[in-house]
Amino acid sequence: MSYSSLPEDVLEHVFSFVQSDKDRNVISLVCKSWYEIERWCRRRIFVGNCYAVSPRMAIRRFPEVRSVELKGKPHFADFNLVPEGWGGYVYPWIRAMAGGYPWLEELKLKRMVVTDESLELIAKSLKNFKVLVLSSCEGFSTHGLAAIAADCKNLKELDLWESDVEDPSGNWLSKFPDTCTSLVSLNIACLGSEVSFSALERLVVRCPNLRTLRLNRAVPLEKLAHLLRQAPQLVELGTGTYSADLRPDIFSNLAGAFSGCKELKSLSGFWDVVPAYLPAVYSVCSGLTTLNLSYATIQSPDLIKLVSQCPKLQCLWVLDYIEDSGLEALAATCKDLRELRVFPSEPFGDEPNVSLTEQGLVLVSEGCPKLESVLYFCRRMSNDALVTIAKNRPSMIRFRLCIIDPQTPDYLTLEPLDVGFGAIVQHCKDLRRLSLSGLLTDRVFEYIGTYAKKLEMLSVAFAGESDLGLHHVLSGCDSLRKLEIMDCPFGDKALLANAAKLETMRSLWMSSCSVSFEACKLLGQKMPRLNVEVIDESGPPDSRPELPVKKLYIYRTVTGRRIDMPGFVWNVGEDSALRLS
Amino acid sequence: MEKSGLNLKATELRLGLPGSESPERGSDKNGNAAVILSLKSFVGSGAKRVFCDATDADAKWVFSVSEAAAGRLFSPRGGGSSNNNNNNHGKVHVGSDSGLGGPVLEDGNGACVAAQSPKPVMMVQDKKSHEIAPSKAQVVGWPPIRSYRKNTMSSQSSKNDDDSEAKLGLGCLYVKVSMDGAPYLRKVDLKTYSSYIDLSSALEKMFSCFTIVSGQCSSHNVPSRDGLSESRLMDLLHGSEYVLTYEDKDGDWMLVGDVPWEMFTDSCRRLRIMKSSDAIGLAPRAMEKCKNRN
Repeated sequence: MSYSSLPEDVLEHVFSFVQSDKDRNVISLVCKSWYEIERWCRRRIFVGNCYAVSPRMAIRRFPEVRSVELKGKPHFADFNLVPEGWGGYVYPWIRAMAGGYPWLEELKLKRMVVTDESLELIAKSLKNFKVLVLSSCEGFSTHGLAAIAADCKNLKELDLWESDVEDPSGNWLSKFPDTCTSLVSLNIACLGSEVSFSALERLVVRCPNLRTLRLNRAVPLEKLAHLLRQAPQLVELGTGTYSADLRPDIFSNLAGAFSGCKELKSLSGFWDVVPAYLPAVYSVCSGLTTLNLSYATIQSPDLIKLVSQCPKLQCLWVLDYIEDSGLEALAATCKDLRELRVFPSEPFGDEPNVSLTEQGLVLVSEGCPKLESVLYFCRRMSNDALVTIAKNRPSMIRFRLCIIDPQTPDYLTLEPLDVGFGAIVQHCKDLRRLSLSGLLTDRVFEYIGTYAKKLEMLSVAFAGESDLGLHHVLSGCDSLRKLEIMDCPFGDKALLANAAKLETMRSLWMSSCSVSFEACKLLGQKMPRLNVEVIDESGPPDSRPELPVKKLYIYRTVTGRRIDMPGFVWNVGEDSALRLS
Repeated sequence: MEKSGLNLKATELRLGLPGSESPERGSDKNGNAAVILSLKSFVGSGAKRVFCDATDADAKWVFSVSEAAAGRLFSPRGGGSSNNNNNNHGKVHVGSDSGLGGPVLEDGNGACVAAQSPKPVMMVQDKKSHEIAPSKAQVVGWPPIRSYRKNTMSSQSSKNDDDSEAKLGLGCLYVKVSMDGAPYLRKVDLKTYSSYIDLSSALEKMFSCFTIVSGQCSSHNVPSRDGLSESRLMDLLHGSEYVLTYEDKDGDWMLVGDVPWEMFTDSCRRLRIMKSSDAIGLAPRAMEKCKNRN
């Protein structure tokens, strides 16, 4: 019996066990009938670049989708490199989905511009809407949130992760009707102004399935205990401001409330933290797997006390106040640690303000056998340290190192850090994401091109010497999907020589490099399935063709040039001479 | 400060356009008069096309500031000599002219930002075609820290730090700047400016970009003086004076310039370039608030 003669519903049932996009895509390529069956039963789609495909096309191919995830602006938009008005508008998608996916349940957006109008349309048109995640989004206000609260009867999740929300009033929370009892997850940490505490409390009380609650800074510490007692089932909590007058009654109330939360696995928040109140959470430390202290200005001794009580910790985000000594304690206690992110407390200072060096990272790499994901801001590094880390942790998957001063050499030998990063890519064969920093020549890119075969995302700044560097990466990294480059001397040759590679990637960002407008035009003309967009706010780039292009964003697409480009973005394609306004 | 009766013009803060003759140059010589900064005026209507037309070099924006504050606006460090200011606005090398020894740096929005401090700048090796050296505080996009983080950190007070001077040193405060009628907002980092004059000059460049860009978006729309009808020209000249306002921590809209610069950067949450006709109501409230503070 051949597989192709299996009845459709059997195949569909089998396919339903295949969740990963990659595998689903492969299934759809087997034969025409599998393509047809698969597309009717695909329930979730992920569009990594909202301009790669049109909503209409997506809906046409996958008519029964229940969950959509979209990403808009390029990653470097996080660091203010993409001007406002660039794009990433979700409205066209929502308008299309209002008609095409009336039963849509989940929408997850990242780096997109979301308007109140969009939110209102969701609330009005999608009757079964359950999950809204807006990660690093902007363009909407609490009015839009009020519409979601009021009209989405089955809302389970509302997550505004680090979004920029216009916050005229906190009253939107009261728009959740009394009949709404379905909330499982609420993250309002990014909201600036106060929400009505009584509305919040009533909401928490009537939602027995609430597992995640991330409060905003405006919720005072004195009231936290009260909320916790209403929701002892919480698994993830983000505190509000973690400061109050030092009073024993407040402390004991808080400590008592925390001790009632037997399920807590994740803590975050801790703005304005008063160290004396930290011990209030000690009772939950033994169960914690995730701790986000990245806004907590606690010094190393307090951090050590805290972290030493969390043997099950898998993910720690912290400021560099933790210092090497704190990381040593972490390495000694948290043997289950998978992810570490250390953020800088004073990145613009001249001198280091804390004693955090490469040693801390080395210690963690030695002590934590499961460490696979690192984001580390520091001020000095050595090749030796990097080689040690690489050898300690060949299972590393994400390695992002940011040495704060651009082009800092190995502090011991004053050499470039090529060898160190080379060791990382050589030993860590499953490395998927890498961010480079420090003094780097073309050699590091040679290593990367040679060894980093599973690398999907590479971020580069102030590195390299010539086009050869870029060429190594584009020609060698077989799995590369996203490449973002700022301030490197990479120009036309490597780009043009590897034009075909760009169609195998999601996107390429290059800013303050040496790419000429002519090369962009050529690329745009040669590669019809790429959008070659030049961003230049001071005027049309062809008016000063002798200057390198300021910002360049190239991405593959099946829909041609986008129609929502602002005046400072030029699509340099076949008809690049006449830009349509 | 020169006061001839109620000569409001003498207290106005205007940026001089490159090469433009500012008729009020006379009051510059009195070093303490408000430095004159003229900006282009726009007839705001939200349409791109409008900006195409508004490239008449004689048109001026005027940022009006209260008389009382005008004296404080002239900060010796940021302003430099008034001649210096007038000659160099609109050009790229604001930084080097301010005598601070820093290179020209462009912020992500195309405006030029003076290197703020006299700290030695790291010169970049092997950067063949780069004219810009990365001064660590000033390069847009570096270090790669999200604005959400920067803004959150800079608004936290460090209660653990005994040193009252030390604030959380993210040294960065991005605020949105909108302009009535402009199609896009911008974000500026207030910490990269040292004075109101710096800020005004940067804003002028930032929003005049809309003019240039839109003006060339379709070549047949490039305006020439001859092309503008007289009535159009009169519209532009008469039309709009704009004032720079800001929303403070309390949510009130205030005129920019009423308070000392540091106090302003501490309390400013967003900026708006609004038509002065709309801003009339702000002035009395601003003055009162100012009095209550002092």
